[in-house]
Amino acid sequence: MEGIGYKILGAVLTTILAFVVGMFYGGFSRKIIARIQNRVGPPVWQNFLDVLKLLFKKTSVRYGLMHHFAPLWMITMSITTLMFVPVLNDGLFFSNLNFSGDIIFLLYIMVFGSLGMALGAGSTGNPNSAIGVSRGLTQMVGFEIPWVMALVALMIQYKTTSVTGLMEVQSQSGTWLMFSSPFAFIAALLAMPGMFRYSPFDIVGAPAELASGPISEFGGKYLSTMMTSGSIFAFVKLTLYVDLFMGGASNLIVLVLKTFTLYMYPVLWGAVSARFRTEQSVRYFWGWPTFFGFIALIYAAF
Amino acid sequence: MYNDKESQKIVDIIQNYARKHSLFILAYGTGCGAIEIPPTMTSRYDAERFGIRGSATPRQADVLLITGYLATKSLKRVIKVYEQMQDPKYVIGFGSCTINGGMYWDSYNTINVLDKYLPVDVYINGCMPRPEAVIAGFVKLQKLIQQGKADGWDIYKKNIDEYKANQKKIITNWVMPDFNF
Repeated sequence: MEGIGYKILGAVLTTILAFVVGMFYGGFSRKIIARIQNRVGPPVWQNFLDVLKLLFKKTSVRYGLMHHFAPLWMITMSITTLMFVPVLNDGLFFSNLNFSGDIIFLLYIMVFGSLGMALGAGSTGNPNSAIGVSRGLTQMVGFEIPWVMALVALMIQYKTTSVTGLMEVQSQSGTWLMFSSPFAFIAALLAMPGMFRYSPFDIVGAPAELASGPISEFGGKYLSTMMTSGSIFAFVKLTLYVDLFMGGASNLIVLVLKTFTLYMYPVLWGAVSARFRTEQSVRYFWGWPTFFGFIALIYAAF
Repeated sequence: MYNDKESQKIVDIIQNYARKHSLFILAYGTGCGAIEIPPTMTSRYDAERFGIRGSATPRQADVLLITGYLATKSLKRVIKVYEQMQDPKYVIGFGSCTINGGMYWDSYNTINVLDKYLPVDVYINGCMPRPEAVIAGFVKLQKLIQQGKADGWDIYKKNIDEYKANQKKIITNWVMPDFNF
């Protein structure tokens, strides 16, 4: 009985932690982009104010059931994904649910949030949303291939299909997987900006050409829920990368340092680059990242 | 504690604080004043430090920025956009043309006083207003929101018949629903 209590407490704590950290990362990225553009920039807690304000807005739009469900679906999927990613190496509260096949499970469930968004955007009937959804799914086909290749290479090389198994491998051998299987790391790292949708790959929500794409009919509480879900999901992805390739983290300070360093890579790349077109984005992902994915598979098999 | 006036006051303070510091603007940039928006948002005058941020669609926006004169043809679109925005929403009239018609005061196809057709919360004077003036206008709007006085959306709802009558006087071929809420 005590174990269940700790698990529930841990789940709640992890969700709050992911929300707060993800929100602050968003704020820091806005500040850093502003400093790059020689501006002062908003305060780092600006995203909290945005979410709070959107939560207080009234809504008088009805587009049917899926329009209501899409933000809920997204936040549910974000939190579900969070539940399967161990936040710390051996924390009492942050261990969460793990089982022996959870990398395969994560590969599936990480797509579900975008799927919910696609369904919700489809039910609004806005043409911008439809274009945004088709672009998003095309881009997902692009970056999922090197990402899946990297993970399959890891699973073959270390003969385990669980995140905790890979973390144990790292803690036993003492080297991070980014050094002991470098090609998988390179493939996963090159595929990463596509997941975060910062600038060269922000073709889904392109505000100037698509009027923010799939979310163009979502305002107020819907948008607030989506922003919350997005910041939780950013934390999940970063934590997963740290768990898989950078040896996990033994305490929260190390986790924040590692995830923030990793987060700066798509943000800084985005701050200095213009937007790709859809086919350019897919061509990028099917170029060098997929090549390194192949190398990683060959490296893992032999 | 439940729904009494004191707790409502606290909720109002929190609400107004959040609304004040996070303004998503939708610039209706058909007038010449739209040329002053990019300098206001970018490096030199940086409106983002006040929490002001551009938004792409009316559904997400809080502030409708009418930059300059409005032709009778575009008034229809502005009304549509304004009614698509979600409450609470604010309108900023930008430049002399929205106040009294400015240099287009005797033109046959522009409106003169914007306030007859949409509830304007803040006017920014000038032809055209400099980015400093724009930021001053936004700060004024923030003060009004903090005091709870920026209630143009409420006034619009209460006097909807009057506003609709005024709008229909200008727009002769009204081929859209009466309300776009």
